Amino acid sequence: MLRIKTFYLFLVSVMILVVLLPQAQKDLISYSVFAVLTGTLFWLSWVILEANRRRAKTNIKSSGQLVWLRLSRNKNAIFGMIVLILLSYIAILAPFICPHDPLNIDWGALSQGISASYWLGTDDLGRDIFSRNIYGIRVALGIGVTAVILNTIIGSFLGLMAGYYGGKIDNIIMRLLEVWNSIPFILLAIAIMAALGTGITKLILIVSLSNLMAFARIIRGEVLTTKEADYIAAARVIGIGDWKIIRTHIIPNSISPVLVLASLSVGETILVIAGLSFLGLGIQPPMASLGGMLSNGQQFLHQNLLMSVVPGVTILLIVLSFNLFGDGVRDALDSKLSD
Amino acid sequence: MLDKKLLNYTIRRILYLIPIILAISVMIFAILKFTPGDPAMVLLGERATEEALQLTREKYALDEPLVVQYAKMMQNFFSGELNSIYYRENVITVVMQKMVPTLELGFTALLLALVVSIPAGVISAVKRNSFFDYASMVTALFGISIPVFFTGILGIYFFAVKWQVLPASGYGGSPLTVEGLRHIIMPAFVLSFTLMASTTRITRSTMLDVIQADYIRTARAKGVKERYVIWSHAFRNALMPITTNVGNQIARLFAGAILTETVFAWPGVGRLAVNAIFRRDEPLVFGAVLILSIIYVLVNLLVDLFYAVINPQIRYE
Repeated sequence: MLRIKTFYLFLVSVMILVVLLPQAQKDLISYSVFAVLTGTLFWLSWVILEANRRRAKTNIKSSGQLVWLRLSRNKNAIFGMIVLILLSYIAILAPFICPHDPLNIDWGALSQGISASYWLGTDDLGRDIFSRNIYGIRVALGIGVTAVILNTIIGSFLGLMAGYYGGKIDNIIMRLLEVWNSIPFILLAIAIMAALGTGITKLILIVSLSNLMAFARIIRGEVLTTKEADYIAAARVIGIGDWKIIRTHIIPNSISPVLVLASLSVGETILVIAGLSFLGLGIQPPMASLGGMLSNGQQFLHQNLLMSVVPGVTILLIVLSFNLFGDGVRDALDSKLSD
Repeated sequence: MLDKKLLNYTIRRILYLIPIILAISVMIFAILKFTPGDPAMVLLGERATEEALQLTREKYALDEPLVVQYAKMMQNFFSGELNSIYYRENVITVVMQKMVPTLELGFTALLLALVVSIPAGVISAVKRNSFFDYASMVTALFGISIPVFFTGILGIYFFAVKWQVLPASGYGGSPLTVEGLRHIIMPAFVLSFTLMASTTRITRSTMLDVIQADYIRTARAKGVKERYVIWSHAFRNALMPITTNVGNQIARLFAGAILTETVFAWPGVGRLAVNAIFRRDEPLVFGAVLILSIIYVLVNLLVDLFYAVINPQIRYE
């Protein structure tokens, strides 16, 4: 499990970076964050290698190792992971890779094709599409991963409360979630964005409320079955508190379906964010966002196809990799979740 | 088929809708009231006099406590007196006018998705690891990963700009006429692509599960023709997960419809609701979102009822 955890940790660190520094600068902070991230990654892989060498002497494999073994045999999942690691590095390194400032307007080079100085051409305002695309990846990954993490935490917490305490609390939480679920989410999101205004933090908060029902339902089901086990009753008899029982018995038992659902929903969340940006909510111009670039590109479809193809293919690549990885995790954990 | 238990279940579920719809309306109202700014000012414009503002506030009960405002809005909505600010017409009439194109688009997309994906999924499962299986799975993977608006933009570029065979956007009237059909092909296909992809995937995986079951082997051993084994033994049992998936996908169809309507300038309810939100047209937002939510809840109810028809166990719960 450690290796999957490394991967998750990596994605999480990308998100922290983006949330802390949405407008990346070529400064000391960026360098040091990058150094720390890469260092952590190397250190973790070294720890894993060491542990493996020690463990290689025995034939007994832990369940985490088996999961990893199954995942690493899945070529699609590995492809997804490699693409995601590359994209994350690109996102972290954005200020160093970009040949131009993504916001810099060049009136002398409006809507150009591929050239030596503009690798993927320029848009209607003469901004470098390549640089904007890279910043778009940064924002999409950061916001997508953060939103899914928050979504997982809130949803799981609600499900946990509903399942563990049952009765009235269960009824109230599940009925509220049902109501929340019966308004088409995109309308709800648009209405809330219109009411509260736009901004990265608000966008993350709203999107992190999108999939609560799915998480709550899964956790609640798991908790309901785990709760009946004899060892939980035993723990209660010897006077262990609710929180300790939840922390040491319930959560570890229900973590794998949650991980699967979270891995599978990153792609969809990124699509939702891109959709909101496409509608003109979400991330506001001039800041680069893949959805916003596409919406701009549609207006100039006759003149410059690159303006819409580049961000479109990028979204496709990100979501595809997350879906491949999520499918792989699902198959490896062999849970009962379908689709 | 319509036995007493099913009828009971249906009635219970329909009665259960009432509190849900009430709760939804409260939620929409609460979001509207969170919106900063004086609604009377939005209605009359910045240069309105204090007296006019006061009159409007009285007319729409804006000075009353929120509970009274909510009651008044609901009363107006159901008695057909809630008027849109922008269209100056009854909210329900405005929404219903735009409902026709949306329903046409939605149903065409749903039909297209089911007609393509269910046979594709079954064939993929039966001929596992064949070229057809790989091709349809790769297509399906792209289908669930591509944003609706990107498919739309690519479609417009190839079919409308480059080859000029289909109109780029707009509504051409009823899809039963040639012009209407020409206009609906692209948006319907774009909207159905995601649903098509996910239904193909789920159909394939459930069929693979079912085909390995013992009763399928028994049926084959008894000499039942392969076609019957697949369609009336295996597929019938795979139908339930497929229905659940289609039901869950309805939400995505709604979201997709709003984006598709925006890309293709389709005059539907989705775009109406989005524009109303942008224009701060409070009564229309309330009406449109409420009506859309009611439809959404009703569709989910229909899915559940269909589920109850094909799986009798549900009714006894």
